[in-house]
Amino acid sequence: MNAVWPHLPILQVVVPLIGAVLAGFLRRAGPAFAVALAVSWLMPLIAGAMLWQVLASGPISYHIGSWPPPWGIEYRVDVLGGFMLLLVSTVGAVIMPFARRSVAFEVEDGQQAWFYCMYLLCLTGLLGIVTTGDAFNAFVFLEVSSLSTYVLVALGRDRRALLAAFQYLIMGTIGATFYIIGVGLLYLLTGSLNMADIAARLGPEWAGHSRAIVAALAFITVGVSLKLALFPLHAWLPNAYAYAPSWVTAFLSATATKVAIYLLVRFFFSIFGVAIDFRELPVTDIVIALSIAAMFVASVIAVFQTDLKRMLAYSSVAQIGYITLGIGLANQAGLTGGLVHIVNHALMKAALFLAAGAIFFRIGTVRLSDLAGIGRKMPLTMTAFTVACFGLVGTPGTSGFISKWFLVLGALDKGWWVPVFLIVGSSLIALVYVGRVLEVVWLREPSAAIANASDPPLSMLLPLVVLAAATIYFGLDTQWTAGIAGTAVKNLLGGLR
Amino acid sequence: MPTLAIVTDHYHYAITIFLMMAGLYIVVARGNMVKKLVGLSIFQTSVYLLYVEPGKIIGGTAPIIDPSFTVYSNPLPHVLMLTAIVVGMATLALGLALVVRINEAYGTIEEDEIFERDRET
Repeated sequence: MNAVWPHLPILQVVVPLIGAVLAGFLRRAGPAFAVALAVSWLMPLIAGAMLWQVLASGPISYHIGSWPPPWGIEYRVDVLGGFMLLLVSTVGAVIMPFARRSVAFEVEDGQQAWFYCMYLLCLTGLLGIVTTGDAFNAFVFLEVSSLSTYVLVALGRDRRALLAAFQYLIMGTIGATFYIIGVGLLYLLTGSLNMADIAARLGPEWAGHSRAIVAALAFITVGVSLKLALFPLHAWLPNAYAYAPSWVTAFLSATATKVAIYLLVRFFFSIFGVAIDFRELPVTDIVIALSIAAMFVASVIAVFQTDLKRMLAYSSVAQIGYITLGIGLANQAGLTGGLVHIVNHALMKAALFLAAGAIFFRIGTVRLSDLAGIGRKMPLTMTAFTVACFGLVGTPGTSGFISKWFLVLGALDKGWWVPVFLIVGSSLIALVYVGRVLEVVWLREPSAAIANASDPPLSMLLPLVVLAAATIYFGLDTQWTAGIAGTAVKNLLGGLR
Repeated sequence: MPTLAIVTDHYHYAITIFLMMAGLYIVVARGNMVKKLVGLSIFQTSVYLLYVEPGKIIGGTAPIIDPSFTVYSNPLPHVLMLTAIVVGMATLALGLALVVRINEAYGTIEEDEIFERDRET
């Protein structure tokens, strides 16, 4: 144990990478799934151990190859990083048992081992982005996770999945290239790629050269916003989510966009916020305006969808708006609300997409018109679905309420009344699109086509119920979410100029 | 001649930005998927220039410490771009593989024709 302890940050990244190679070599679906499951269940243990260590004794700094930073690549885990690692790895671990049957149903036999290989590569990239303290290394991990995601999306059975993957590839690559242009400008200015070192070197003496810094900020903001699907850069998301295999959608909605949001927070508050006075830049105002637009436009579009997965995808764009609103508010309560909503939205959206996957597993479609009365045939699945729906709206007693409460507090701290009404107003639109589905699912008579449907097997039901239970649990006990997020925010805001 | 100095000092940035915008324009303006990928590649290539050019110092030599040299070029941008080239190649390969599959599924690689065929079904 003592030999492993100091190497946790690199193990977090290397174990899934080795697992991916192994899963690819095994070629058969069963063994590949076993590898993916073992790795997925190991990851939260490593992440939890690191978070515990960080909370007890401060940030972990790991020097790869013993090269001290800023020359070597530094892996750095602070409270925010540990928090995100635990979220991503836990979601992966909880939903993994669902994958076996769902993937066997939706992905062709010969491709299932590659599916698990790509999933583990994607996990490697996502965990790597959070672990690394090096801006260029983050780009490499961003592309590792993105390239494997394009493959995962393309594995959907529908031919439109190919088109969605191609569009995602184009948009994602433009986003990553914008990001690397921004990092390049920072490198030209400072000669460093280590995030903490860049922040230290972009001190006050650069005030006269601020135009290049602003250009770098703009490139990085736009690039990362493409990856996290900030409105209006979200065009790739609905198709990718709608046509990807169900399990992939659940995994991506809970982790991929969230990790991109982490990267944005990191650049805003650990690099640019330290270097230049944030209030002088219009960037937070722009982020707030786009977030509010996302909350409304995407919610309204969601109301008019006829496909359950597509509706949930547009709802994701809207919910990402709440998170970025918290980032834009940039005060203690607001940013805490944003970070808490990362967790809460990840858990409930994973539950919702898993429920959609369970429905697809039983009746082979997720068109709203085919779901009439399915609540009576799949009562446990749809109860979990309903709980997560209430979380999405933000009903008191569910986790969605907690994050919106913090966001409202954040807006009030600034003396802004309008965003408060807008948060409540967009929740009402969420109630409309969620209510539409619940009405179809519970109140209508089941049609003959779904007469034989029933709740899915336990391996699929259990992850769903756990996530729905978490939606309620984190609505009642906020020590783990708001408590740790609050500590992370205090550290982030404490470093600002 | 300050104007001339600006041109001689900064012309490489102009080339970089021209390539960047040309690539991005092709991605946006072309409906043919292979052409889109070509544009994407040009866009990514411009970033290689952005990084590598400032690393070269006129009169500088390879960074091997030797008493007879005092000026060295920065080797790090080249290494970074080696990685970026690998990433770009992987993206292009995956993109082309997707185009092959799309061509098999739809019988065309023109975006508007694909949308039309999806509407028909």
